[in-house]
Amino acid sequence: MTMPFGYVSPEQLMKDRADYARKGIARGRSVLVLTYADGILFVAENPSSALHKVSEIYDRIAFAAVGKYNEFENLRQAGVRIADLRGYSYDRIDVTGRMLANTYAQVLGTIFTTEPKPYEVEITIAEVGENADGDQLYRLTYDGSVADEQGFVAMGGNAEAITGKMQQGHHEGMALGDGLKLAVASLASAEGEQRTIPPEQLEVAVLDRTRPRRKFRRFTDAQVAQLLA
Amino acid sequence: MDALADGGKLPRAFFAPASSSFTEFLANYRPDLLPGKRLEATQGMTVDAPHGTTIVAVTHASGVVMAGDRRATMGNIIAQRDMEKVFQADEYSCVGIAGSAGIAIELVRLFQVELEHYEKIEGTTLSLDGKANRLALLIRNNLPMAMQGLAVVPLFAGYDTDSTEPTGAGRIFSYDVTGGRYEEHSFHSVGSGSVFARGALKKLYRDGFSPDDAILACIHALYDAADDDSATGGPDLTRRIFPVVANVTADGFTKLDESQVAEVTQRVVDERMTNPGGPLAPLRGSNS
Repeated sequence: MTMPFGYVSPEQLMKDRADYARKGIARGRSVLVLTYADGILFVAENPSSALHKVSEIYDRIAFAAVGKYNEFENLRQAGVRIADLRGYSYDRIDVTGRMLANTYAQVLGTIFTTEPKPYEVEITIAEVGENADGDQLYRLTYDGSVADEQGFVAMGGNAEAITGKMQQGHHEGMALGDGLKLAVASLASAEGEQRTIPPEQLEVAVLDRTRPRRKFRRFTDAQVAQLLA
Repeated sequence: MDALADGGKLPRAFFAPASSSFTEFLANYRPDLLPGKRLEATQGMTVDAPHGTTIVAVTHASGVVMAGDRRATMGNIIAQRDMEKVFQADEYSCVGIAGSAGIAIELVRLFQVELEHYEKIEGTTLSLDGKANRLALLIRNNLPMAMQGLAVVPLFAGYDTDSTEPTGAGRIFSYDVTGGRYEEHSFHSVGSGSVFARGALKKLYRDGFSPDDAILACIHALYDAADDDSATGGPDLTRRIFPVVANVTADGFTKLDESQVAEVTQRVVDERMTNPGGPLAPLRGSNS
């Protein structure tokens, strides 16, 4: 059988797209999302204090991403609109992380197969519960795969090395300061030798279940320095 | 309601780059959810629905206090005794509503989402003037409903975080049904009992009030409103229903505990037992 000129098998096409997306994601600095005693902690190596990798979606839900800024920013804004629309037309309690993770999975999957180029992003949707059992971490990749993770999620270029380091130190019910120290040490050790990351280069936020309605809170550089001391 | 109806793609409205307004997003994507779009088919008809009554706001040295009575009326009927008409708008502002209760509550809900939506999309909060202008737009959109007798007249107050000094950072804005926005100084009141409340506040208000003084003045003003306006509810001592009081300062919005309001209200009521007209203002100024 003769193949038409320029034929590419579906396997090859998908593999090329996946390689393309993975390469784009691997170029960026990593982000860590981990559970701690009072909720969920987000730590990103991010020199910009204006362009965020971690942000609030709704009362109990936050968004963390690595990859191409314009692409994950698009997804973040769409997520805020989905959540606010649902909360406004039903009730605030009806906005869930699972619903958002499903929507993102569909959107990313469709973009991966139908758009000229896949999104070079990896995102985590985190939802803080009334107690530690209710905490949820959904990790979504460029092709729309979704995984329900336990304990922590590492995303970005050195995710594997960071995951290895985190596995040694992370346990349930960690104090905020301990969790942050472990996260920063894991991020810093990823590229072979141990670096020190100054607080100004870190973006740190939490979903703190002890707060009233809106659980999301960012830390200032000074607060991060104090927690790391 | 399914945002993914189009084969796993989100509609373009969700990815609109330049909009940080939830109201504009709704107008594009789900205009039927906007409060003003509901009753177009009933032009020329008036509807009998519950109405909220008196809201007062008083500035003080470290911010602003807002208080509202708890009564909703439908004609000569008391529709609800324990309605709440003072709401938190965001961290540094509050809104009180008079007029058609159902639409007012929906407008407040939209306004709350509008402010939070902007904050999340932009990563920064609106200025106090910006918030006041957004509320004006929502009221203006409700004009067709107002023509059918379903007017909403809010009172907006907040702490201006851009202000250089804390005195004067508490600011009050009033509105008319066409969305006209007016900044008020020192104190203001809206609703059916507002004439009496404002008269009382005129005599009670002093510059540099402490928050406690401002709260006491609000309770006195609401008492006077209930005294002369049948649609405004006075303190209900038998059912323990007291006004809702909110205080907005540099530390943000706080709603006063019911026990705290009960204590102040009890003091006002006790005082009125001997002097039903309330505190006496000096007839002649100190320099006459």
